[in-house]
Amino acid sequence: MEALAQDGIGTTIGMAAEILGGVCVIAGAFFCLVGGIGLLRMPDMFTRMHAAGVADTMGAGLILAGLALHEGFTLITAKLAFILLFAVFSSPTATHALAQAALAGGLTPWRKGEPRDSEVYSTGPGPSKEEKATAREDASSKG
Amino acid sequence: MIYAAVTLALLVAMAMALGRAWIGPTIYDRILALNSFGTETVLVIAVIGFLFGRPEFLDIAILYALVNFIGTIAALKFFKFGDLGRGLEYEEDDEEGAA
Repeated sequence: MEALAQDGIGTTIGMAAEILGGVCVIAGAFFCLVGGIGLLRMPDMFTRMHAAGVADTMGAGLILAGLALHEGFTLITAKLAFILLFAVFSSPTATHALAQAALAGGLTPWRKGEPRDSEVYSTGPGPSKEEKATAREDASSKG
Repeated sequence: MIYAAVTLALLVAMAMALGRAWIGPTIYDRILALNSFGTETVLVIAVIGFLFGRPEFLDIAILYALVNFIGTIAALKFFKFGDLGRGLEYEEDDEEGAA
């Protein structure tokens, strides 16, 4: 009887962990999608960095925590914890280095009311025709 | 079932990051998009391991997380100095200039 009761408690805890893990994983996927949408829709590079941070912290954290809840106390969970720990250290470092490099490279943060950077720069895999033409004029006037 | 849906959502998010890497417009947008893409790749590898019942994939995910960080920093340094091994020489030059 006592063993049965303990078993019942064990499966209840297991089921609760399973459900909580599923909820965490789905919430993490939602945050990743939000980060992706922000990456496409935000007006300039610094605001896009904020959107990428959502996917890096909440998305990765919730998905890895959900997988760990599904798995229980095993070596797999230790590996998941290592990935999470590394993400917690590397993501702010990379973001800081990127913002520093962008500021040093002459990018200024967007302010409310200013045009989106797609209206200022050309969007696409390379410079636009007009930008190439002005670059050619600059080169010929120098040469 | 949950994991299949989550994999799909992550793949859509990765496609969005690739879209930002394609339209730019500055080099920093592309590096940011690649960093975000790499983070989501780590998550996809982990979730696919659980989806197919082979959590050993996590070793690959750990490796990818390490390479992704180093790659981002290396790309930033390359576009700042135009050379991966150049930062130290700059500091030496500064010290000589100050002396």
